[in-house]
Amino acid sequence: MSGTAAREHWDDPVATGTRLLAEGVDTTHRGILYLDGISVSFDGFKALDDLSLIVDAGELRCVIGPNGAGKTTMMDVITGKTRPDAGSAYFGQTIDLSRLTEAEIAGAGIGRKFQKPTVFEQHSVFENLELAMKADKRVGPTLRARLDAAARDRIASTLETIKLLPEAARPAGLLSHGQKQWLELGMLLMQEPQVLLLDEPVAGMTDAETMRSAELFVSLAGRYTLVVVEHDVDFVARIAHKVTVLHEGSVLAEGSMEQIQQNQQVIEVFLGR
Amino acid sequence: MILGRAFMPDATLGAPRYLSLLSPGGWSLYGLAAVVLLVVFPLLHLTVPADSVLHISDYWVTLIGKIMCYAIVALAMDLIWGYTGILSLGHGLFFALGGYAMGMYLMRSIGHEGVYQSDLPDFMVFLDWKKYPWYWSFTDHFGYAVALVVLAPGLLAFLFGFFAFRSRIKGVYFSIITQALTYAFMLLFFRNDTGFGGNNGFTDFKRILGFPITAPETRMALFVTTAAALMGFLLLGRWIVTSKLGRVLTAIRDAETRVMFSGYNPLYFKLFIWTLSAVICGIAGALYVPQVGIINPSEMSPANSIEIAIWTAVGGRGTLLGPVLGAAAVNLGKSWFTKAFPEYWLFALGLLFILVTLFLPRGLAGLWHSRKKRS
Repeated sequence: MSGTAAREHWDDPVATGTRLLAEGVDTTHRGILYLDGISVSFDGFKALDDLSLIVDAGELRCVIGPNGAGKTTMMDVITGKTRPDAGSAYFGQTIDLSRLTEAEIAGAGIGRKFQKPTVFEQHSVFENLELAMKADKRVGPTLRARLDAAARDRIASTLETIKLLPEAARPAGLLSHGQKQWLELGMLLMQEPQVLLLDEPVAGMTDAETMRSAELFVSLAGRYTLVVVEHDVDFVARIAHKVTVLHEGSVLAEGSMEQIQQNQQVIEVFLGR
Repeated sequence: MILGRAFMPDATLGAPRYLSLLSPGGWSLYGLAAVVLLVVFPLLHLTVPADSVLHISDYWVTLIGKIMCYAIVALAMDLIWGYTGILSLGHGLFFALGGYAMGMYLMRSIGHEGVYQSDLPDFMVFLDWKKYPWYWSFTDHFGYAVALVVLAPGLLAFLFGFFAFRSRIKGVYFSIITQALTYAFMLLFFRNDTGFGGNNGFTDFKRILGFPITAPETRMALFVTTAAALMGFLLLGRWIVTSKLGRVLTAIRDAETRVMFSGYNPLYFKLFIWTLSAVICGIAGALYVPQVGIINPSEMSPANSIEIAIWTAVGGRGTLLGPVLGAAAVNLGKSWFTKAFPEYWLFALGLLFILVTLFLPRGLAGLWHSRKKRS
C-alpha cells in the first residue's frame, strides 16, 4: 500500500468500509474475534466462566463490568498472556489464538493498550513509534533496519493524530499521564493492527483529554475494530455502538447503551447490593 | 495533515539520536587512541633503547595488554548488562573457556620440550594417560583452536541462554544461576580427570604459531592484536547500540512486556546479544592467555565474574567507552594496590563498588556527561 493511499484512509474513516476485509484475517462471516466457552481459573478462583463473545470487524465494542468481572483476564486470553483452561479463541475464521505467542498475536494484528500506560520511558516519543512500527521484527532485519522517508512520514502523521508532534524529541518518561496514554495508542496504530484492545484508555485523563480521546476512538472505528474496557459509564455512553456487560466471568448482557441501561439484571449488579 | 519532510527536520521529530556511528570529535579521539596503541606504543617498546626515559618496559606491555583484555570483557558485559539490563555474574566463565581453548593449542605447541619430554603435556603424563582424550583432537591446529575459542563459549551461552530466557528467568535469579554456572565449571575444571590440568591449569607455554612466546616481537604482536580487537569491538558495539536493534535492547531493559506486545520476541534478541557477549569474552580470554602465560580454574571463580560487573559499573553502564575506562582504572588501581597492601584489595574493591553506587550511579562516564551539561 502506498503512503498516500494510507493517509487518505486515515483522513476519512467513513469511507473505509472496504478495509473491513482485513488482510490475512478471514472475516467472511463478519466476526473478527470469537471467544467460545472460555474458562480461566487462578487457584480455584474462576476469573472467566464459560465466556462467549463475538466481535464484528470494524465494530467499536465497549466492555463494562464491576471489578473482578474478568475484563482484564479476557484481554489476557485474547493477547496470549493467559492460556484458557477450556474453550477456544479465534481471530477471524482461521487463526487459533491459543496456539500463538504474545509476539505472534501482536504480529497477526491484535494490538493491546494496557491499563497502566507502558511506554519506553528512556526513548524519545519518536523512537517509541519507530520501535512499534510494523516491520520485520526478527533479529537480523532489525539490526539492519534504516528509517526511510515513508516511515518518517508515517511516524509524523501518527504524531499528528495523537497530538504529540511538539513532543516528538522528548523522552517519553517526561510526558503527562494522558499523553502517555495517547503515545501508547499511537504505538498501537503504528503496528497497523486489525483489532485494538484498549484497557481503560481514559483513566487519569483530564476532561478535555477524555473528550479528545472519544473523538479519536469514534474516528478509528470502521478502519479498526476497537474493544474498549472502561469503568467510566459516561465515556462509554458517548462512544459505544454496542456494549457487553461482564459479570463474574461471563456475559451478563449485550446490546446498545439504552438496552443495557434498562436491563434489570444489569441494574441489580451495578446498583443492587 | 500530510507532512512533507521539508517541514519536519529530524531534530524536531526526535529521530534516533545517533545517526552516525561516532561524532566527528569521537572519530578523532578514536583515531588518536588507535595510533597510540597500534603505532606509538609498539615503537617505544621495540625501537627505543631500554635506558631511555621514553622506553616502555615489558612490565607495562604485559600490564596494558592484560588490561585491554579486561576492557574487552567489560565492553561485552556492557552490551548485556548496561544496554539489555541482564546482569551476568558468570562472564568469567566465557573468558576462561576462550582462554582454555587457546591454552590447548599452546600446550600442544610445547612439543617434546616439557619436563617429561613426552608427546603429551606433563599433567597427562603425570596422570599416566597414554594418549590425548577425544576432545583434544585437532587442537594442534591453530585454526581449529581459534574456532573453538568462538564456539565453546558461544555454544554454551546459546544453550544456557535459550533455556533460561525461554523460561523467562530474569533479574537476580538469572544472575544467581550464572554465578552457579561458573562455579560448577570451576569445580569441574579443578578435577584432574577432566583433562585440563586440574588446579594448575595450563602454563609453561613455549611458542605460538612457531614464534617463541617470550620474544619481544611476539609479545608486541599479541599486544597489537589485542588493541586492534578492542578497537574493533568498540566499533561493533557502537554499531549495534546505534541500530534499531540497540533501541530494542534498551526497550527490553525498560519495559519487556511492551516490547513483546509490539511484536518482537525478546527471547531471540536476548539470545543474540547474550551469545555475542559471551563470544567476545571468549576472544578476550584467548588473547589474555598467551600474554600472561597461564590459565587455571581460578579464572572461573565467582569473585572474578563479580569483578567484571564492578568494572562495568565503575565505568558507567550503557556507555560502551565507560566500562572500557572502568576496567582500565580499576585494574591499574589493583596492580598498584596489590603491591602496596596485598591483603586489603578485596575490601578496597568492595568499598569502591559501594561508593560508586552511592555517589556515581552513572559511573565515570556519568562524571563526564554532567560536566558537559554544566558547561
